[in-house]
Amino acid sequence: MDMINLIIDGQPVQVEKGSTILDAAKKLGIEIPTLCHLHMHEIGLNNQPASCRVCVVEVEKRRNLAPACATPVAEGMVVHTNTPKVLEERRTVLELMLSDHPKDCLTCAKSGECDLQKVSEKMGIRKIRVTGTSQSSYPMDTSVSIVRDMNKCIMCRRCETVCNQVQTVGALSGVNRGFEAVVSTSFQVPLNESVCTYCGQCVQVCPVGALTANASATDRLMEDLANPDKIVVVNTAPAVRAALGEEFGYPAGTSVTGKMVAALRKIGFDYVFDTDFAADLTIMEEATELAERLQKYIKGEPVAMPLMTSCCPAWVNFIETQYPEFLDLPSSAKSPQQMFGAVAKTYFAEKLGVQREQLVVVSVMPCIAKKYEAQREEFAADQNPDVDYSISTHELAGLIKQFNFDLKNLAEDDFDDPLGESTGAGVIFGKTGGVMEAALRTAYEWLTGETLKKVEFEEIRSTSSGIRKAAVQIGGLTVNVAVASGLGNARKIMEEIKAGNPDHLHAVEIMACPGGCVNGGGQPYHHGDFGVIKKRQAALCGEDAEKKLRKSHENPFIQKLYEDYMGQPGHGKAHELLHTTYAAKERV
Amino acid sequence: MGCCSGADQEKYDELKRFIDALPTKQGELIRVLHRAQGIFGYLPREVQVFVARELEVPVSKVYGVVSFYSYFTMKPKGKYEISVCMGTACYVRGAENVLEELRKKLAIEPGETTPDGKFSLRSLRCVGACGLAPVMMVGDKVYGRVTPDMVDSILAECE
Repeated sequence: MDMINLIIDGQPVQVEKGSTILDAAKKLGIEIPTLCHLHMHEIGLNNQPASCRVCVVEVEKRRNLAPACATPVAEGMVVHTNTPKVLEERRTVLELMLSDHPKDCLTCAKSGECDLQKVSEKMGIRKIRVTGTSQSSYPMDTSVSIVRDMNKCIMCRRCETVCNQVQTVGALSGVNRGFEAVVSTSFQVPLNESVCTYCGQCVQVCPVGALTANASATDRLMEDLANPDKIVVVNTAPAVRAALGEEFGYPAGTSVTGKMVAALRKIGFDYVFDTDFAADLTIMEEATELAERLQKYIKGEPVAMPLMTSCCPAWVNFIETQYPEFLDLPSSAKSPQQMFGAVAKTYFAEKLGVQREQLVVVSVMPCIAKKYEAQREEFAADQNPDVDYSISTHELAGLIKQFNFDLKNLAEDDFDDPLGESTGAGVIFGKTGGVMEAALRTAYEWLTGETLKKVEFEEIRSTSSGIRKAAVQIGGLTVNVAVASGLGNARKIMEEIKAGNPDHLHAVEIMACPGGCVNGGGQPYHHGDFGVIKKRQAALCGEDAEKKLRKSHENPFIQKLYEDYMGQPGHGKAHELLHTTYAAKERV
Repeated sequence: MGCCSGADQEKYDELKRFIDALPTKQGELIRVLHRAQGIFGYLPREVQVFVARELEVPVSKVYGVVSFYSYFTMKPKGKYEISVCMGTACYVRGAENVLEELRKKLAIEPGETTPDGKFSLRSLRCVGACGLAPVMMVGDKVYGRVTPDMVDSILAECE
């Protein structure tokens, strides 16, 4: 490996050839402010347009200032990161940017989390010397999941990079030029007419308030909470507990399950349930479908292979728009959110002796595509949705703060029965590989009739984003499985299947977000640090390991639900309530 | 895709033959769009979607390129394409007044086409006839030292 020696702020440093000045400074612990730059090698994201010029530094013997994020190091280079000339340039650049940026920080959804705000504060910007024509006339684009306010866009193009490079969705591109230049959908259509899957990765990386989650459900939810005639039921997805604490000063990777339950109860939810219960239910249906498809496959009967998971709504949107010819592959099982809604508004409503309209079902999700999923017309009865509101982890944190509860000082509480009990298999749904592992735990015991001693399937456990494949022995049967997270990896798998499925895959798990739901678009902002995502994954694995029951079919409340209400998995009432269909979508 | 009349179908077929004959589909977007505009006269949404599908790139990328380069247009051009030079020489000699007169007479903005499809209007930068400034063109025909009161008679020539 070629090494390069250079001096930054008087300190010598040696870095690999091809590194940037920014990389070298980081090695020395020198922080150079950045805005457009974002490098997350774990997910294959490298946004380096060098367009904001906030990271400029002085390089001796160079005529002009150099952007540290995009300037490769050279032998003998002498760099100064904080000369008066550099600081003046950074301030000027920020003033120019702010001259074309709305000043409604007080009410902006990104306030407190905004990189532009932070760097302006750091550089002590107190007045803006530049005035003049500003701001694009791009209309506000409010979709059910994402709100695009392009007046706030600083053209860093992180969203475009993550949408194209990492997710390969291609919903966003830089369009027009000059003042009219903007990151946009094709033909500037609203997001709901574009190929956008609502995965929300763009929301995670947007440094400003241009792309935010649609949080409008919270207001209506507050009205329902205040209405004594409504019974408000909440359920929380696995990944929420692994990240919520970050908003209250806990280090990343702290599981705050008990405190979250306590906060929800204090907010006034009548029943606090767990989406993990519905995840166990999903496994009952999905493992049944896998076993049935495998049996047909062994007999040589025509059957759609591989079975693909269908828990992830952004992945469902992706296959519906990008690979509509393969809609027979995803499991027909609904996602845990929608299974929960369907069970709550039938079984649980009947148990309480109330009409479904009286029940308000709220889910707390790490995901903003779930907002879209909740309002799909497949998931309603007599125009009453199975899930009334799907709010994000971030929104729940906001709600807890508004109520002025200090999460750290709340006594831990437990979920309610009967929809609050879950196994370790349900918990790991929130990380890449988790759904497959949970399905294998159950499928193994069903197909072999034996007890599975070691429940961890290490060969498909992964912390990063990417593709993992394994041949799993189930009795005498070899089951070829693959796990992929990130829609770019989903595309790779789909292209393989299109090319004839050369690895003879039988089952594939897809999660749209790199690393799984713990990295969802509705989670607390990771600010470019994938280490945070890995810690959240570890928190879920830790919670799984501590559970007494770790296989979905052993959940006693799941067993009772089938006995009392639904009969056999995959048939009759279970099929009617817990399964769905997919439809091709033509989008641009 | 996008075919509604036989004439359109022929155009799509021609474009497809052009794309299929390319040695590679990578990095050929601008060349294909150039050809597509030659065939269709402009680049409507359907043509951009067609190009995206054929080249296996996102539609947003195609639109990004089309909207970036002023050469590409998403609006059909009129039978007579009127261009007013707004280069420095023409500008200082009153091209803006000529453009304003055309705007009023045709009731369209630069970049637009009259509803009857007869005229389209655009401004451009320097046609290399600065000695004749201000200059306007109808198709390839150049008119020099144009004043707003000449606009009526120039338009009347277009039949």
